[in-house]
Amino acid sequence: MAFNYDRHIRHGKLPHIWCPGCTYGIVFKSLLRAVETMQIPKDHLALVSGIGCASRLPGYVDWNTLHTAHGRAIPFATGLKMARPDKRVLVVSGDGDATAIGGNHFIHACRRNIDITVIVMNNFIYGMTGGQHSPTTPVGHLATTMPFGNIDPTFNIPSLAQGAGATWVGRGTAYHVPVLDRLIIGAIEHKGLSVLEIINGCPTTHGRRNKFRTPTDMLLWMKESALPLSAFEKLPPDKVAGKFPTGVLYKREAPEFSETYFAMVERLQKQQEGGGG
Amino acid sequence: MGTLKLLQGNEACAEGALYAGCTFFAGYPITPSTEVAEYLARRLPRIGGVILQMEDEIASVGAIIGASLAGKKSMTATSGPGFSLKQENIGFGMLCEVPCVIVDVMRGGPSTGVPTGPSQSDIMQCKWGTHGDHPVICLTPAYVQEIFSETVRAFNLAERYRTPVILAFDEIVGHMREKIEIPEKGVLEVENRRRPTCPPSEYKPFDETQGDVPPIADFFSGYRQHITGLNHASDGFPVNASPRIHTDELRLIRKVEGNRKDIIRYDTVLLDDAEVAVFAYGVSGRSGKNAVEMARAEGIKAGLFRPLTIWPFPVEEVAALASRVKAIIVPELSLGQIVLEVERCAKGRCDVQGIFRVDGDPITPAQILEKIKEVG
Ligand SMILES: Cc1ncc(C[n+]2csc(CCOP(=O)(O)OP(=O)(O)O)c2C)c(N)n1
Repeated sequence: MAFNYDRHIRHGKLPHIWCPGCTYGIVFKSLLRAVETMQIPKDHLALVSGIGCASRLPGYVDWNTLHTAHGRAIPFATGLKMARPDKRVLVVSGDGDATAIGGNHFIHACRRNIDITVIVMNNFIYGMTGGQHSPTTPVGHLATTMPFGNIDPTFNIPSLAQGAGATWVGRGTAYHVPVLDRLIIGAIEHKGLSVLEIINGCPTTHGRRNKFRTPTDMLLWMKESALPLSAFEKLPPDKVAGKFPTGVLYKREAPEFSETYFAMVERLQKQQEGGGG
Repeated sequence: MGTLKLLQGNEACAEGALYAGCTFFAGYPITPSTEVAEYLARRLPRIGGVILQMEDEIASVGAIIGASLAGKKSMTATSGPGFSLKQENIGFGMLCEVPCVIVDVMRGGPSTGVPTGPSQSDIMQCKWGTHGDHPVICLTPAYVQEIFSETVRAFNLAERYRTPVILAFDEIVGHMREKIEIPEKGVLEVENRRRPTCPPSEYKPFDETQGDVPPIADFFSGYRQHITGLNHASDGFPVNASPRIHTDELRLIRKVEGNRKDIIRYDTVLLDDAEVAVFAYGVSGRSGKNAVEMARAEGIKAGLFRPLTIWPFPVEEVAALASRVKAIIVPELSLGQIVLEVERCAKGRCDVQGIFRVDGDPITPAQILEKIKEVG
């Protein structure tokens, strides 16, 4: 059955800015399908972003959308969530946006476990500014500011999120689309801070400079390198190189920040009513 | 009769915020502003409000803008290095026309500078701190009671003009304790932003046909909208077309500059027949008042002009003053910032002389009196 995206797309705002071969459009559609499946009313949803190609996504979506400053989506989202804890707040971000300039906000949101869904669209490069290396550019890869091959070590985004205290951590790819739909739903459904890294490809500023001759080559690389967590864990040590696990990588229950906050408010107000002075 | 209290300037600021209906505060601790957050941390949760200690000052402004977009009156408070960090997001608030209040309790700088020392050296940063041309409203109270009332006014102006408002006072008045009266609810006017009444499908967040201050809808209220820090059209979506950018920027400036009469407020002491004027704000304004009274006691015709609104600058008022006095003396706790603005407005019509001090002590009335005698 063909899915009708019209309900969620802002009329007259397409075509999008993404280059031919960019995989962000795949994530865009997956996100819309996930929200439609979950039947979340549009007025109950806010989608917040920073700056970058990934961060242009909210402009195309007919929800409450906020395109902020580079790296700063999470603080703005925190303000929205604490002002209206009854609503759903999602963040979309690039790898640089989330883990370089916005790294501090990222780890603190994880620690706080506030109910925000953070989707990091990792294309391994600074796309919007034309191909400078990001905290996820593989060592050895060419970037305009690493013309002799990247020597800057990388972040593993799910490990970073887990280490910082996120209570739901997952990874999907733009190639494994049905899985991606389910992962986005899982991330949004989780109460607490969830981080979903989505592996993407930027043929224009990364792929073609790094031996991916065509956009398809980048998708094929995802197909070959991604393994469900259970399969990844069974790999013998000598087969791990070049592979990465996908799916829900980590999950635990912990008090959610806005709930804890407003429970405190309720307690204080009851004390006052009780004349506890 | 309101409630009488003995409060520090910073605490009076917190009380002013509560009076104005602030229900959201986000900040990051820094001397000499921290008491604003500490006071609100005890009060806000009890009234159902939110107080957050964020990971830094950048996040603090982000959070209050987010909360304001969801309809909450919000505020942050900081000093020195923290004020520098806030600048990018303050600019976002200005371009996207988000009401909120930013408090800067000024301390010595640059860099870590003198954390516990008073200063008035952020005053140009208050105007030009964020990049690009932008509207600025900045208020400069000098007394604890005035910090209370100007905080209420800061919220009202933020709501009325749909813009961040900066409240800048120095460490001395921030930490000074004075008796203040907190009026009963309803005594001071409390204003709320204009919200749209049109059907959501017709709503445009930056619709200039609605006047220079278009109505602002709350997120999640059914008025789905897009807010971006890119230059945007009236529907909120990015534009690159130059005429649009030009007219929109002009509207942003006009909504403040065009309402100077409403926004500009100042106090004067014995100014009508003065031959020498002292132009001073904040703690220097307090010394200025004493100096003027001392001069009068000696038969010297001195008067004080004390701006409560420093931005937009009282250009016409200072120009008029310059035409009728021999000299304007500008004491300030910096190496000469606001004096430049006074010179600019005086246009050579009178002598303008600064008294500058950055050694951590306030400018004394005696220092100002000496200067009054020198030029008088
Ligand atoms: C404070 C600030 N610094 C730098 C920039 C310039 N800038 C815009 S987008 C970007 C990087 C975007 O890369 P990423 O976050 O990985 O997202 P992508 O464009 O690849 O989706 C940079 C550095 C900016 N807009 N603001």
